[in-house]
Parts: sequence; C-alpha cells; structure tokens
Amino acid sequence: MDSRARNLLDEALGLDQLTQLKPPLGGKAVLIEDCVETSGSFVLHQLIKRLLTAVPNSSNVVLFLAFANPFSHYDRILRKLGCNLGAQREKGRFIFVDMLNVECPVGEEGKAGGRSGLFALFANITKVLNALPESNRKCLTIVIDDVSLMEVAAHGSSDHVLDFLHYCHTLTSDYGCSLVTLNHEDIYSSMDGLVFLKQMEYAADVLVKVEPLATGLAADVHGQFDGLQMTVLNRGSLNNRMSNFQFRIKENSVEYFYPGARA
Amino acid sequence: MAATKTRTSSFSRNLPAASSAQSPEIKCGPNGTFLVSSGIPDLDKTLGGGIPLGSLVMVMEDSEAPHHMLLLRNFMSQGLVHKQPLLYASPSKDPRGFLGTLPSPSSPKDDKSRSHDAEQEKGLRIAWQYKKYFGENQSNLDGQRGMILFRFIVLYNKQEFSNEFDLRRPLDRHFYTGQHVDCISTKDLPNIAALQERCTSFLSQFSRYICTFFAIDFVGFTNLLIVTFRNDATVACTGRIAIQSLCAPQCESSNMEWEMLSFIRSLKSTVRSAIAVAIITFPSSLVSATFCKRWQHLADCLVSVKAIPDEDKELAKLLTGYQDIVGFLNIHRVPRINTQVPAVLEATTLSIKLQKRRYLVLECLNQAPVDGSSGSSYGTSGSCSGASSKSGSLDF
Repeated sequence: MDSRARNLLDEALGLDQLTQLKPPLGGKAVLIEDCVETSGSFVLHQLIKRLLTAVPNSSNVVLFLAFANPFSHYDRILRKLGCNLGAQREKGRFIFVDMLNVECPVGEEGKAGGRSGLFALFANITKVLNALPESNRKCLTIVIDDVSLMEVAAHGSSDHVLDFLHYCHTLTSDYGCSLVTLNHEDIYSSMDGLVFLKQMEYAADVLVKVEPLATGLAADVHGQFDGLQMTVLNRGSLNNRMSNFQFRIKENSVEYFYPGARA
Repeated sequence: MAATKTRTSSFSRNLPAASSAQSPEIKCGPNGTFLVSSGIPDLDKTLGGGIPLGSLVMVMEDSEAPHHMLLLRNFMSQGLVHKQPLLYASPSKDPRGFLGTLPSPSSPKDDKSRSHDAEQEKGLRIAWQYKKYFGENQSNLDGQRGMILFRFIVLYNKQEFSNEFDLRRPLDRHFYTGQHVDCISTKDLPNIAALQERCTSFLSQFSRYICTFFAIDFVGFTNLLIVTFRNDATVACTGRIAIQSLCAPQCESSNMEWEMLSFIRSLKSTVRSAIAVAIITFPSSLVSATFCKRWQHLADCLVSVKAIPDEDKELAKLLTGYQDIVGFLNIHRVPRINTQVPAVLEATTLSIKLQKRRYLVLECLNQAPVDGSSGSSYGTSGSCSGASSKSGSLDF
C-alpha cells in the first residue's frame, strides 16, 4: 500500500523519480488549492517529508514561508510522519521563516529609502539561494503557506503579491529551483478575485485541487484530489497529465486510492 | 548555536504539567494541546473535550436571532468563574453593563444529574480520606517528638472544568468587578488599531506568565512541619478574549475590510503563542462574500448559529422536539492544532435548546421516524438535510 501510495501523490506532483542527481520537483511551480471544508495542508506536509527524507544525504533544501501556523505545529505533524524538522533546521536543510506576525506593507519603499515588506522577503530568499553552492541551487524548494494570508499581510495589495510570486517564478527558470504555494480557492469566487487566482493557475506547472466529496463528510474518505501537470514538450506542444483520486488522512500517513477502490 | 537544543513548545515553557486535581480549568488535550471549556458542556464534548489553548473561535451570527449571545455569555461566565482574566469588546456604549447579564453556575440542588455529580463526590471522598488519616495519627503525635511528619491537604475548592450555567440567575458581582476584567466599546473607535493594541497588551501577560499551581506554607508547630499544597484560585493563567459583533455596521471601522482582516490575523497569531483563547462573533451576512471566506479561513474553530422559523409545519414533522428548539448550531471547523487529521463529526448540526428555560443544551438532531411501508430508512442523528419523509405515527 505504501509504495502504491507513493506513486499516486508523487505521480500527481511529478515526484516519482527522486534520485540524488535530479532536483526533486524539476524546477516546477506547484499550486495547491483548497477550501474551508477540506484543507490542503497535508499535501505540503507530505511534500516536505519526501523532499527531506526520501533520499538520504540529498542536498534538498526547503525554504518555508509560514503565514498560517507556527513552527511547533509543523514540527509536531512532521515528527509523526517521520521527519524531524528541528534536526533538519539545524543541518540547514529546512529554513523556517515565521511570517505570522510580520506585516508586509507596500508603498513605503520609496519613503524610508530602505527595503520593507515583500521586497525584504524576496531579498531574504535570494540571500538563501546565493548562500547555497551553485550546483545545489536547483535543489531548493520554496514553500509558501498560504498566499491568501500574504495578501492580508500586504494589506490587500494583491498586485504586489502577484509581482512577488512572479519574481519567485523567475527564480525557478533562472536557477532551476522549485516553488510550492498553497491558496484557498473559495476566497476568489467573485469576478475581481478570480483574476488573481487565474494568474496563479496560469503560472503554475502543476495544479492541485483538494475538495470535499460531493456527497459530504465521511469518516473513511476525507476528500478528493485533482491534479494537473502541464509540461511543454520539446517541440512546444503541451502534455497534460491528469490525476484524480481520493484520500484519507491519518496521523502518520495518508492513504490514497481511486474512487471506489479502497483497500 | 548550541549543539544540543531542548525542544520547546509554547506550552512546555510556561505551563507545568497540569494535573486535573490541581488545575481543573485546564485539561490535557490530544497532540500536546491544553483545553479550556467553552462554558457549554455539550459543545466541549463535540469539539473533543474543549477549546484548545491558542485557538481562535469564530461564530457567524444570524441577523434574525441573537443566539451567538448565548455562546458568548457561557464562554465569558466560564472564564470568570475560573477567575481567568477577560477582555470583552462590544459595539454597545456600555459593555460593562453586559457583564451583569452573564449567567451564574447552577447550584447543585437544581443541577441535572450529569457526570459533574460523580466528580464532586470524588473530590469529597479524597478530603475525607485524608482527614481520616490525620485522626488516626494524632494520638501518636505527642509521643513522637523530634519526628517530622509530612501530610498533604487537598483543599477541595469545588472548581470543575466545565459548569452548567443557569441563564436565569445572574453571575455574582465579585466575579467581574476586578482588575482582571477589561471592557472596551468598539462603537466609537475610529479605526481598529485601538482594539488591536488593547488585545496585544492584554495577551502579553499570558505569554510570559508562569503559573503557580501550588503554594508551600511552612508552619512551625511543636516539631511538626506541615507542607500544605493548595490550589491558589486567585492565580489565573489563561486569558479569554470575547469580541462581540466585530464588523457590526454601527462601528465606524466596519467598512475597512483589509484592516479588519489584518487585525484578525494579528490576533490569531498572538493568541496562538499565548496561553489564551479568543472568540469573535460577526454578522456574516453583512460582510462581503469574499471577505467572509477569508474570515472563515482564519478561524481555528468555526461555528454558525441560525434561527429556527416559528411554526414551520414541515420542520415540525421532520424533527422531534421541534417546539423546544430555539435555533441551530452548525460546526464548520474543529480546531486542528498540531495535527493534520481532520475531525469528522457524527453530526455537524446541533439543535440549541433551553432546558427548563434556564440551561443551554445542544443536541444532535433527531429525524422523526419514517413510516415503514414507504421503504425509506429511519433517520437517527444527522444534519438537517431536509430530506422529505412521511411523518411517522411514532414520536420519541
């Protein structure tokens, strides 16, 4: 079950060829969308665990921008999944940036002459990137949890948040590192909000949607997972790979299965 | 950087292990959390024991009925009964006046028979046992000069984790006329920053607070050294914040949507790192849909209250005990701190009833049994889905 489970989520995220030589997500941008009824944070947890523990002695580094929960929350969860975030942090493989109480006001950059808010955040990211040896820069994965709170931190300047995300995307093309973002799809239901979400979806290479079951709550199936991987082939044609399965979240693992095929 | 780092969490630093005998107002929850009571035992049970410390509870109001006030009143009373500091914000001009309407814990004689009785008896039993121990040994004391005896006295102070509140009896004044209760009116605040400052300064006393659950008195008494452990009921370590009707239209700051969000985000993160719980009620129908969703995502615990239409014949046929129900409570999200496993409740919709018009009770909905000849299954407990069914001849 475990190896099959590894295949379903990893296939959906493009993680199925984890080796020491290749960068884990291959320089892709992953967007995870969830809603109030079903949280998509388990995908982040699984991803972090796979990046940090799947290949021993790998040079994978995770830079985690946390807007939603403090370190203790992720630490406890990942411990149960078999990954010691505290130890990884000390080794420099897991960099946790606590943004819970940090405001990112925009519009003040010119006045004080100094960098503030999102500019400072991006500067920090590039600093981390440049501190890595050149061959390892593609092994960096930037994880943002979650983008809707980044908008709140920026006091509603969604344009600046989009700019920030676009800058992060340029890092994926320039350095080959990867970007994983989580956002809440149900917030952007109005026409204005839709533009923001569509822009994020457009820029993503892998799009994941986590939703509740259409039939409602169930104790043994917690929701459904829709994944879309968009890869541009050599001749410029698009290859879309879709995945659809259901999941059940437990303390120390997540079960994935096709609808109706639960073991 | 030290080579060895002790793992600290926000709770292990400041909160020593709380055993239930010494600190009844806090109990251990799953995944390293600590729980406090919401003031409604039925809600505590549904949420898995209580509200985890550090969480933000949000209640979506129904503009047609003030049922959110029932939740607020019980929450505030529970905190005051446990002598926990309280910060209360409301859009009325005189929030302090509201404190006089808070319910009092029901007295034991008119209390319903619940598990509280068993706990009370258990406490009395412990006190009696120690007394018996003292009585037997006292005759030997005179002949044993120079010997040091240690004895443990548990002063039973009748505090429970969760109280039943009698909505018809107001809380005694001494519970809320103290320095530990602070009130603020949000009506005339020009912006939300003032409320944010008050919340931050209120919560700052709980992030560094070191709780003492016991005091040691040395009493010299003819070669006897008595060490007395007592539960110092005046030392309160958890804070409660109750904000009523945030974003109510009569407040000047209600149309500053991003500022409101920013305030909630800041409150959420400060509460998370403090030994405190916050509850915010807000009129969800008056907030734009997009922002309402953002508010909902910020909540650790999200519930909504809904009025029940009077004289609804369809509903009367569908539910048993319809005439006793005053409203519905929907639980949209249960706090999931330190865990990724979602909580799947047996029933997400509970009926709000006032038993004997005094006690707030939440019950699972019971569908009236269906006539067997129709072939539909019996509904037991579940959310009110409005499924059509013939009314049965039987009723509970």
